[in-house]
Amino acid sequence: MTSDKVLRSVDIWMDEGEEFDDEVKNFRKGTVRKIIFIAGCIAAAVVAAGAAMNIGEFHIDFFEIYRIIWAHLTGNVYDENADWILWQWRLPRICCDILAGTGLAAAGVVMQSILRNPLADPYTTGISSGASFGATIAMALGLSLTTSGFAVVVNAFFFALIPTAVILAVSRFKSASPATMIMVGIAIMYMFNATSTLIRLYADPDTQAAIFAWTVGTTDIREWSHVVTMSLFVAAGLIACQLMTRRLNVIATGDESARSIGVNAERLRIVSLLVVSFLAAGIVSFTGLIGFVGLVCPHIARLIVGSDNRYLLPASAAFGALLLLIADIIGHVIVYGHSIQVGVITAFLGAPLLLYLILRQGKEVWRCP
Amino acid sequence: MGDSDLDIDGLGFGYGNASKVLDGISLKVSGPQLVSIIGPNGVGKSTLIYCINKILSPTEGTVMIQGREVRDYSVKELAKTMGFVPHATSDVFPMTVMDTVLMGRHPHSGRKITDKDVQEAYSILKTLEIEKFAMRQFDELSAGQHQKVVLARGLAQKPKILLLDEPTSNLDIKHQMDVTRILKELSERDGMTVIMISHDLNIASRYSDYIVMMYDKKIFRIGKPEEVITEENIRHVYKVESKVITDDGRPYVILRDPQFRPGPLDDNSFCSGRCEGYMPKYLLIG
Repeated sequence: MTSDKVLRSVDIWMDEGEEFDDEVKNFRKGTVRKIIFIAGCIAAAVVAAGAAMNIGEFHIDFFEIYRIIWAHLTGNVYDENADWILWQWRLPRICCDILAGTGLAAAGVVMQSILRNPLADPYTTGISSGASFGATIAMALGLSLTTSGFAVVVNAFFFALIPTAVILAVSRFKSASPATMIMVGIAIMYMFNATSTLIRLYADPDTQAAIFAWTVGTTDIREWSHVVTMSLFVAAGLIACQLMTRRLNVIATGDESARSIGVNAERLRIVSLLVVSFLAAGIVSFTGLIGFVGLVCPHIARLIVGSDNRYLLPASAAFGALLLLIADIIGHVIVYGHSIQVGVITAFLGAPLLLYLILRQGKEVWRCP
Repeated sequence: MGDSDLDIDGLGFGYGNASKVLDGISLKVSGPQLVSIIGPNGVGKSTLIYCINKILSPTEGTVMIQGREVRDYSVKELAKTMGFVPHATSDVFPMTVMDTVLMGRHPHSGRKITDKDVQEAYSILKTLEIEKFAMRQFDELSAGQHQKVVLARGLAQKPKILLLDEPTSNLDIKHQMDVTRILKELSERDGMTVIMISHDLNIASRYSDYIVMMYDKKIFRIGKPEEVITEENIRHVYKVESKVITDDGRPYVILRDPQFRPGPLDDNSFCSGRCEGYMPKYLLIG
């Protein structure tokens, strides 16, 4: 009898459901698969980092690279030339790859969840362009909100807040849909890009070349102070993002739904956009504009670990680091004797990858809002 | 006498300077009851639910939850007391059914999902007979199954008051009855007040303790099903003719359509395939 079955089920619920141990195990098993993917990406990134550091005129064996790094960390340097080349030339660049890939991919996950839009990332919402513009005027025109050593970063963060504020204002006063917010972001992106180009036209040739290379997106930095600053931004941003992941899951179901489950969607959206702006500014100030990482990595990771942000965020971040390291390797080997900026390679890799995901992916991993 | 679980007094709501959507709504509900809100489209049923759940702020009057004004509750406090099952939910980035239901534990459990949370979520899925879909993606399910999953998420909140916006609109008649009966049983066993919007007068009549009939932004009638579901009230509110019959002490509605003139019905006729000329005299809703 259905009625008996219902009564029994209700009784089971009242008894706190002690007979569902197998189901709990089954549920936890799914979690293990996600953790394996994250661990796999981290392991692959460690290998890719070795491969990327292996490239260069001064040859160092693949396994020797890890030994030299370990020797440096433990204060037992045995090959000073190799140590100097790795620590002064190659390792800062690799750290920058990892930090930029991790941060941009994590920012993409957060943006896609809060705007409930698969096309959202710091680049398509204009946040990266705002940061880029702020950094450009600090570098080319010397105009900055502060005169400290962090002038470029502070400017980048301030200008990254402009698209954030516009998106929030439009969503608040015009009740904009998530799709409209992206269109607003794209409009702002074009505006900032046009202004940055205008400034470049009137800059002196050296500054022009430096800004151009930086605008394309490069991780080729040599100063450890930059790596340390960037890592502080990325670490703080990642921790803040990870702490918000469960609430981000809820907000992805819609604002009314989120509110009924105890999540203030509007407040979470503001906090998330501030964190993403902080994260993007901390990266873009040093690397310039690197597109597609924040857009593509969450989608690829979502195919494997699903849409639960608690796992999607670290999975995308780990995959982002791996993708940027691969882009770095390709950029250094594709043309003999020259290196191509990582931003160009991510665009070449990311654009067809995104098209493939949209056109050929049998299983739907997102739906148009 | 203690405070009512829900006490609405003189509630009004309007969008800007436009005409009111709700006017002078007063209602008290307490204890384990199933209350159905019925009425034609556009009379303010969903707006009333949104005002109760603080999604909209009333422009007049007050909403008290357990003796405290709803606007004084934080979003999280309110979610521990009151659940809301929306008519539709977004699935831009669909998660598994289990993950979706576990969201309902968010007000109680914080960041970590415990084994107890999973067990409770699973037992609710079993109660609603969708436990076999637990590890399936939400977007792989039918509209009716979606509705059950969202209902399961609301139940996982274990609220004192559960608000539902047409929770059975996508379900077939068996599942409509099953779900409404489960809501009624859970309200009795858990001491939960269930307030649901329904367009199905017969389901509302069969399972509700009380029915609120809304018309023209106001409450037109409140009472037990036999007091509200009458031919006269249905004619006034829905502008349709009906015949109300009683079974097991509950009223059921058979709608009539005077503008429709069916031909003679042969009792021995059997319709299969093309059915022109086979017209029922009455149209049973529900």
